[in-house]
Parts: sequence; structure tokens; C-alpha cells
Amino acid sequence: MEFDLNMALVILAAAAATFATRIGGYILITRMKSIPPRMEAALNAVPAAVLTTLVAPAFFIGGWDSKLALIVALFVGLRFTHTWMLVAAWIVVMIWRHTAGV
Amino acid sequence: MNRADFVEGLRGGSAVALASAPFAALFGALAVENGMSLSEAAFMSATVYAGASQMVGIELFGHNVHAWLIVLSILAVNFRHVLYSAALARYIGHFTPMQKFFTFFLLVDPQFAEAVKRSEAGKPLTFAWYFGFGIIIYIPWVLISVIGGMLGGFIGDPKAIGLDILLPAYFLGIVLGFRKRANFLPVALVSAVASVLAYRYVGSPWHVSLGAAAGIVLAALLPLPPQEPDLEADALQSEVHEV
Repeated sequence: MEFDLNMALVILAAAAATFATRIGGYILITRMKSIPPRMEAALNAVPAAVLTTLVAPAFFIGGWDSKLALIVALFVGLRFTHTWMLVAAWIVVMIWRHTAGV
Repeated sequence: MNRADFVEGLRGGSAVALASAPFAALFGALAVENGMSLSEAAFMSATVYAGASQMVGIELFGHNVHAWLIVLSILAVNFRHVLYSAALARYIGHFTPMQKFFTFFLLVDPQFAEAVKRSEAGKPLTFAWYFGFGIIIYIPWVLISVIGGMLGGFIGDPKAIGLDILLPAYFLGIVLGFRKRANFLPVALVSAVASVLAYRYVGSPWHVSLGAAAGIVLAALLPLPPQEPDLEADALQSEVHEV
């Protein structure tokens, strides 16, 4: 099992960058005395705004198999847990790929 | 450490550990496919510990791009964590510095989402719960990355067994968890459109930061509700109605 020093250094730099993002917001916000209401509205929007950017391009760039799977997962997710969303998306993709011959 | 909270955290986190196991395995498999050794893949999972950016990282490693570009890309993908740690600040003021170190090290998407959900439900956010929730995701994440790397040769094309759809479906699930929030629909729509445009015209991974920024700026500009929806007041009101 080789362990390349250069690769390890890049990984460490990536880890440091990641940790910086994970503590950076805390350091910034605790320096401020109080949170203005508009900033609070912005903070409340963070999870939806960020996570949407991880889904939307996958939907638009993906083929019809991925699009249909995500639409089905969306409807499953309105009623059931995340795990069932994953199962539903996976089943749709597998059926599509093994019947439509993609 | 409160034992009951720790166990509750373990229980909650184990569901996430199960859901993320395929991604850990996929990461290991793709890492080896892109020329990483098993120990390097394990090292990356253990130190970076951020699924999507690990995937971006190995893809760039495979293309032999400059180190600074890899680090910058990972920074861009993980930029959302700046916002997570800012949003988490109001709940973890009582943690010790050492506890805060682990809190931020373990701050992945589902960890953030569940911690906020728990706090908003009115339960105190204890370090025991947070650490239990985090460690039960972290350890399998590292171990299963290695197993995925070992099995990588057998998996072949991840598309053939439908692995590629799991990541976006998983993130979609987390998005849906926030659908009851004020301005959810306009924020999600604007972020979706902006991220797709950025993906096409600027390129990955900037679509993450640019798309998120669009939604967040919109939320800050939209008219503020007359009074912030207060969970306690809501609960009180529904009780009154029931009586």
C-alpha cells in the first residue's frame, strides 16, 4: 500500500480548508453583538439554498432515467423517510436502465 | 457526558450512517479507480470527512490538476459549511473549546440538519447527543471507504448498478426536510435556477456557492414576516384550539 507524500499533503490541505469552512462561520458570527433580522432570515435559508444546488444540476444534466428517479423520490419523500426515497430512486433507475436498454 | 443523550445520538446517527454507507463505498471504489491507494483513500475520508467534496477531490486528482485548484474546489464545495457553523453558533455557546473542535470537525450536512431540527424542536443541544450522532457516522464512513476501495475492482461501472442516483436523491431528501420554513419555495427555486445556470456557464464546483448565494440573498431581501414564526407560540396556540 503506497502512501505518496505529495498526495498526503494535498489531502491535508483539503482537510484544513474543509475545517476552516466548518469553523469560519462560527468565528465570524460570534464576533457580532446581535444578529440583524435580515441576516437571521438569510441564515434560515441556508440549508434549503445550499442543498438545492447539489440536486438541481444533477436533475437537469442527468438523463431521463435520473430525472424520473428524482421526481419519484420527491413524491416518496413527501410521505416517507429518506431511506425510502433512496430505495425508490434506485428502483426507478434500475428498471429504466435494464428495460430501456440505456 | 449524558449517557441517555449519547445513546439517543447514536440511534439517530446510525440511520445516517446506513444511508451514507453506499457513498462511502462508492468513494473508496472511485478513489482507487482514480489512482489512489487504499491508505490514501482512508486518510482522505478520515481527515476531510465531507462526502461530496471528497468525490470532487478524487475526480480532480484523477485529472492531474494543480494542488491549489483541488484545494480551492474543495473549499468551494464546502463553502456551505461556513453558513452551517454560523447558523449553529446560537445553539452551542455552552460547549467547551475542545467540544467545539469536535463539533466543527464532525459538521457534515445531515449532522447540521439534525442538530438544527433538534434545537428548533425545543430540546437542548447537548454535546453528548451531538458527539454520539457524529461518531456513529464518522467511524463507518472511514471503514466503509476502505472496504469500497477493496471491492472497487468488482463494482465496475457504478452506473450499471444505479449508484450514481443515490447522491442527488439523498440531498433532495435533506432539502425536503426544510420545506416548512418561511420562504422555502422561492429560496429553493432561485437556488435551483442559479445553480443550473452557474453549472453551465461558470462550471463545477462554483455552482454550489453561486446557487446558494442566490437563494440566501433572496431570503435576506424578501419582506420580513410581521413576526418571526415562534415555535413555542404556535404550539401554545394549537393547544388552545384543541381545548
